[in-house]
Amino acid sequence: MPDLLTVTDLVKHYPSGRGRTVHAVDGVSLSIGPGEVLGLVGESGSGKSTVGKCILRLTEPTSGRIVFDGTDVTHLSRRGMRPLRRDVHIVFQDPYSSLNPRFSIGQIVAEPLRQHGIASGRAATEKVCEMLERVGLRAQMRHRYPHELSGGQRQRVGLARALVCEPKLVVADEPVSALDVSVQASVLNLLTDLQRDMGFSCLFITHDLSVVEFLADRIAVMYLGTVVESGPREQIFTDPQHPYTKALLSAAPVPDPAAQRGRRRVVLSGDVPSPLTPPSGCRFHTRCPVAVDRCATVVPSLTPVRAPDHPVACHLVTEDSVPTLAQ
Amino acid sequence: MTQQRSAAGRRAGTPLLSVEDLHVSFGTEDGLVQAVKGVSLTLAPGEILALCGESGSGKSVTAMSVPRLLPPTARVSGAVRLDGRDLVQLNASELRALRGSDVSVVFQEPMTSLNPSFTVGFQITEVLHRHEKLSRRAARARAVELLELVGIPDPAGRLKEYPHQLSGGMRQRVMIAIAVACEPRILIADEPTTALDVTIQAGVLDVFRSLRDRLGTAIVLITHDLGVVADIADRVAVMYAGRIVEQAEVTELFARPLHPYTRGLLGALPSAARLDGTQRRRLREIPGMVPAPYSDPDECPFAPRCPIAADDCTASRPSLDRQGDGDGHLAACFHPGLSTVEAVDA
Repeated sequence: MPDLLTVTDLVKHYPSGRGRTVHAVDGVSLSIGPGEVLGLVGESGSGKSTVGKCILRLTEPTSGRIVFDGTDVTHLSRRGMRPLRRDVHIVFQDPYSSLNPRFSIGQIVAEPLRQHGIASGRAATEKVCEMLERVGLRAQMRHRYPHELSGGQRQRVGLARALVCEPKLVVADEPVSALDVSVQASVLNLLTDLQRDMGFSCLFITHDLSVVEFLADRIAVMYLGTVVESGPREQIFTDPQHPYTKALLSAAPVPDPAAQRGRRRVVLSGDVPSPLTPPSGCRFHTRCPVAVDRCATVVPSLTPVRAPDHPVACHLVTEDSVPTLAQ
Repeated sequence: MTQQRSAAGRRAGTPLLSVEDLHVSFGTEDGLVQAVKGVSLTLAPGEILALCGESGSGKSVTAMSVPRLLPPTARVSGAVRLDGRDLVQLNASELRALRGSDVSVVFQEPMTSLNPSFTVGFQITEVLHRHEKLSRRAARARAVELLELVGIPDPAGRLKEYPHQLSGGMRQRVMIAIAVACEPRILIADEPTTALDVTIQAGVLDVFRSLRDRLGTAIVLITHDLGVVADIADRVAVMYAGRIVEQAEVTELFARPLHPYTRGLLGALPSAARLDGTQRRRLREIPGMVPAPYSDPDECPFAPRCPIAADDCTASRPSLDRQGDGDGHLAACFHPGLSTVEAVDA
């Protein structure tokens, strides 16, 4: 089956005064198949949210190509985008600011139906009730207002709003990061259930590796505006190849004192460089414990080296060796 | 200063800090909010104690009662003893002398806890002027040492910089440098790495570890992240609805969690996902919500959400009692250790 979404060489630069440019996203390519969950992982400033915004055209890409369901949407007009908006929805991180406080829950969830002329009046109410129940809220909840709900309930409303039009793609930008762990568990369970039942594709943007390990089919790891490695979930976790992926995996503490204290950790020196002046060559070379001279000058391309579905952007990954980060 | 590294060894000594039956409440429009309802704990010199729990569990209010950094509406009762001196009884000027020298705090938000209009150097030396009465030159030299201690490259150059010129990880290191400037005996760190990326977090946790090892600082770490707890804590107190529900040495707590809430928290972690009957990956959920902080019925506060709650759980409130054979494992539960997994699956 053809991919639902293909992003090719996406670039997003923001002007930043005094002639400077923020290189938020610099040449990202990725694809999502029908019914697939792609976990886009990266730390703050890696450009992962900007990728999501470009896909939804909430911000204008500088260059590159975004093809959704066979249509090139990169430079589509607002009017041209409108029919496609029925099929792509977003769930935001902050359950407090992403719901209009003056709308009732029913109005919030009905809004996409109204906008796209899918249903109105009694039919809309019926759909809203059904959707609320699917996300684990009582239908009576539609008369309430956002301030009356807990964070977890609000995030369920956000999910209901995103799914009420039965979209083909859902972009979820850190949807559980603001929630306590017990609430997070129920929202993650809900999201995986709905994804299985409704079959939508999902771009799941997060900084939390344990969350993508739980729900993603494939994972793409971003660093400073570029994808450094992508592949099936198990491969990323069992056979990480890029030094940054390895460092990221080793830095995330595991909730087991004996295992955590016995682990070899790779502590990266320095900070993430500024996206105003990204490093030359491989963007990770300034912090990479195994960088060689070539890394500072030649940009590594994201190519499959050891497995066709597991491309990596590192000069040191070859068919017969992967860099090891000794500590 | 060398430290006795084993937690058991440290516990044997007299505690540096002891909190006894602490109650903190706030008067609000909706009624009296009881944030902390009778918390008792101790902290030994050089010990790292993690206070964990979810939002609203009272972990921050408990810790901030030590330097009494609480809103003016707070009503505090109970005792907070540092070397036998009751801090609850201190007046404003005594508290000022205490804060920053004996007890210091690292806050969660490195972006807003530094003053944007002053250089990093000014903000570090200010503490040294205030408490240690150091000369300008000596304070500056000490500030360079401190920045080095927290792992900031080119410390002398950084002194002239303003907070906006530093990244989040660097700002948090500056906050820690300020907090430890006077070699406090107790450092309270409120979610110190929550706003930081994981690769930066690892470095900041190393800074805490080395402070403890080199200066013998005792640390109260407030966190919701059980990974961080597993990494750095010696002892853990799990809080729920204003009370400690379980307390144990760190390996013991993760290996043998006794309270159903602790078990629920560990089971809810994405890394604890397991396959259910239909081969779907599932996380264990804790049903229901935290009780409202306005009332405090005489029952186990976790009973409404507890998978193993029985009649006795709603008849009276379990106290935090020693479990097993005296290895310092405490739990407030009438049925400690009963498997919640079995109860849920049954």
